[in-house]
Amino acid sequence: MSAHEDNHAHEAHDDHGHHHHKETFVTKYIFSQDHKMIAKQYLITGTIMGVIGVLMSMMFRMQIAWPEEPNVLFEALLGKWAPEGVMDADIYLALVTIHGTIMVFFVLTAGLSGTFSNLLIPLQIGARDMASGFLNMVSYWLFFLSSVIMVISLFVEAGPAAAGWTIYPPLSALPMAQGGSGMGMTLWLVSMAIFIASSLLGSLNYIVTVINLRTKGMSMTRLPLTIWAFFITAVIGVISFPVLLSAALLLIMDRSFGTSFFLSDIFIQGEVLHYQGGSPVLFEHLFWFLGHPEVYIVILPAMGLVSEIMASNSRKPIFGYRAMIASILAIAFLSTIVWGHHMFISGMNPFLGSVFTFTTLLIAIPSAVKAFNWITTLWKGNLQMNPAMLFSIGFVSTFITGGLTGIILGDSALDINVHDTYFVVAHFHLVMGISALYGMFAGIYHWYPKMFGRMLNKNLGYIHFWITAVCAYGVFFPMHFIGMAGLPRRYYTNSNFPLFDDLANVNVIITIFALVGGVVQIIYLYNFFSSIFYGKKAVQNPWKSTTLEWTTPVEHMHGNWPGDIPHVYRWAYDYSKPGHDVDFVPQNIPLKEGEEELQH
Amino acid sequence: MSNTVVATEIEGKAWGGGNEPLKASYGKMMMWFFIVSDALTFSGFLAAYGFSRFKFIDYWPIADEVFTHVPFLHGQELPMIYVAFMTFILIMSSVTMVLAVDAGHHLNKAKVTLYMFLTIIGGLIFVGSQAWEWATFIKGDFGAVQTKGGNILQFVDTEGHRVALRDFVVAEHGERTQHERKNGIWFVSEGTLPTYTVEEVVNGLEAHDNILVRTQLLDENGEKTVLSRAESLKQLKNNGTHVVEGANLHENEYGSPLFADFFFFITGFHGFHVFSGVVINIIIFFNVILGTYEKRKNYEMVEKVGLYWHFVDLVWVFVFTFFYLV
Repeated sequence: MSAHEDNHAHEAHDDHGHHHHKETFVTKYIFSQDHKMIAKQYLITGTIMGVIGVLMSMMFRMQIAWPEEPNVLFEALLGKWAPEGVMDADIYLALVTIHGTIMVFFVLTAGLSGTFSNLLIPLQIGARDMASGFLNMVSYWLFFLSSVIMVISLFVEAGPAAAGWTIYPPLSALPMAQGGSGMGMTLWLVSMAIFIASSLLGSLNYIVTVINLRTKGMSMTRLPLTIWAFFITAVIGVISFPVLLSAALLLIMDRSFGTSFFLSDIFIQGEVLHYQGGSPVLFEHLFWFLGHPEVYIVILPAMGLVSEIMASNSRKPIFGYRAMIASILAIAFLSTIVWGHHMFISGMNPFLGSVFTFTTLLIAIPSAVKAFNWITTLWKGNLQMNPAMLFSIGFVSTFITGGLTGIILGDSALDINVHDTYFVVAHFHLVMGISALYGMFAGIYHWYPKMFGRMLNKNLGYIHFWITAVCAYGVFFPMHFIGMAGLPRRYYTNSNFPLFDDLANVNVIITIFALVGGVVQIIYLYNFFSSIFYGKKAVQNPWKSTTLEWTTPVEHMHGNWPGDIPHVYRWAYDYSKPGHDVDFVPQNIPLKEGEEELQH
Repeated sequence: MSNTVVATEIEGKAWGGGNEPLKASYGKMMMWFFIVSDALTFSGFLAAYGFSRFKFIDYWPIADEVFTHVPFLHGQELPMIYVAFMTFILIMSSVTMVLAVDAGHHLNKAKVTLYMFLTIIGGLIFVGSQAWEWATFIKGDFGAVQTKGGNILQFVDTEGHRVALRDFVVAEHGERTQHERKNGIWFVSEGTLPTYTVEEVVNGLEAHDNILVRTQLLDENGEKTVLSRAESLKQLKNNGTHVVEGANLHENEYGSPLFADFFFFITGFHGFHVFSGVVINIIIFFNVILGTYEKRKNYEMVEKVGLYWHFVDLVWVFVFTFFYLV
């Protein structure tokens, strides 16, 4: 039976190349089913959410540096939440919560995976489009809807969700617990439920597209590492997001229908509530079963992008191609059995703590394999120091810095001392926040010509990178020390604790770096949006790369290639191969007579 | 393309590109990965259930004593009979679904129609039975008294058989007023008033020498602890707060309210899946009748919904195991 189906599917896909559907503005720019347009939609929505997230971080950094001092910016942006310009404690918590939510899910999950998986999977594997363009479109619009709802939640009367991005009960489970626990929390949950649906549809598409729609000759071991990273990221997403859905649904039952899954023996506002028998630790288990894989959902695509950009700009094959794939698989597997290291002080059995310490520290092995492979790829390379390459090298730097503190935090005995301090904030911002952002910037600088047919301004890119790099370390490096000194995270002000008075100046320095680092992104935004219209016209293969996306015409078209889809004869990293006149051999060039394939 | 040179030996291999390495169309694979995802959602729920049950391992209600009812057979204790019937029906509907898919492979429209119809009927019987099961559980049968600590006191005769409140308690009260929003300052909500008050239960217990109190605590034989006559009266008088009849999301006459919470939520979530499956099956059924797949010369859509239907049945096997059998 599947023979019928096969023919049918192939016909349908080949059709794209020849037929020109009548396109209106709506089908081309809004309800587009073309993966390249959907990628751009994801990128721009993610950028807007990113601007909101960064603005929030700048505001709460100002509060930390100059606690309870009037600030015109607060008065202008926060309105009733900053009476006479002094930030309200409730809105501080809300800002921290929404900053985390937006950056983790909306920018670094949907913005990163959504953009580059959509753009690169069909182009790099040699497919006309995603397996299901329709579901792909639905996936984007669900993401858009969830973004809108999250933004709307900022404007509800009692304030947005303020229980932290991890929404632990009881703050998230009792609508009367605090201002943000009411409508704000409800909208947060609705938004995330829609987000999970969007992520599921996207992931299903990425997975089946990579499995079924590779062009002839594109075996799994000829795939660029980007595709491997996106593929495994999608698999992790399909495995971990549904468990967050379980946790969210049980939480909704507790909030709205009076069940006791996560609640027990609560006395609030002079009233004993009827809840009995539930456990908030259960929520933490369910949440972190998603929560930990989520950080790999964020970092793996960045790793894939960086691997590709580094090989191309070192003009060398990637070092240890198979080890890179193996480490992606190892990280994906380990990511699902380490969640307990977020719960060392949650009252979990200490024996479990040692088990999770063991599995967590195992992750250091594949991570180190990757870090060494990147460094050895750079080794003696003919380095092309364009902005994409700088951001990639920056990625490796912050990944190593943040990764090293991960070894401390992964060890239950050491973690207890710094749990919930700024040490943790420094760790995860470097290893997944800044690193993934660098990966995303690297990807944007590298593939901008593919997306918009024009080049980004290189000099603005250099300025953007260097100021960002200095500020990122300026913000997060000192945080290790104030964390070691015991400063807890999520506190609205530390001025009530004489113990922390010595750290006040450090916090001011951190905030200044944060403000400069935030403001400098305007250069990038200017570069991004003005280059869409006024950038230098791109040539077909500006970076002299080997992968298939650079064999497509600069002008976008439905179906990607005007003629037949190119066949693939070699792996993705034939840079500086002896016996060739140029220092790169695209994947669609057949082997010469007597030429050995390096890898397949 | 300058691809005049012969292709490398990789061409034609299963994973060499340009084909379907798993011999499945993308749509069918999407259904498989969706099932993986949905399976993990259910795993999350069942893991949460296991976590909570272990927390109360000494107090958990005994399923054999809870699910004893069969429609039209009143007053008989037939543990697990009806749920076994429901499970049988659901599994049979999987069988008819397989037959429908097989008939689809042979492009036999009449048989696909017949078997799809039988599958839908099976699904409907299951969903209806589930509704009945819920209604019976909500209504309860024996009644119990909840203590200050949130535990449940049930009543048995000297031979250990359960005794219903209505068999030994006499309602003495006249008019009782329901607490309402308009006459309370801190009022949030209150369920409907139970049939008896605790004092009436105490009077009833005092009047009947042969009735004892049974607590939630399980002894080493896995049976619930029965208190002595003196202890029974003391417990009831000192700790009883109100009478519980049936089960809902707040309280449960069979024991821990978490048992009811998880039962309603997980069977409800599963029932929602079955209901969705029935709706999807009906849509596909009409497409089959209209000849949509006949024209397409393949019945893959039937196969895809079949995958979903089998998955829903498989989940039930787990739910059934964890709630009713273990």
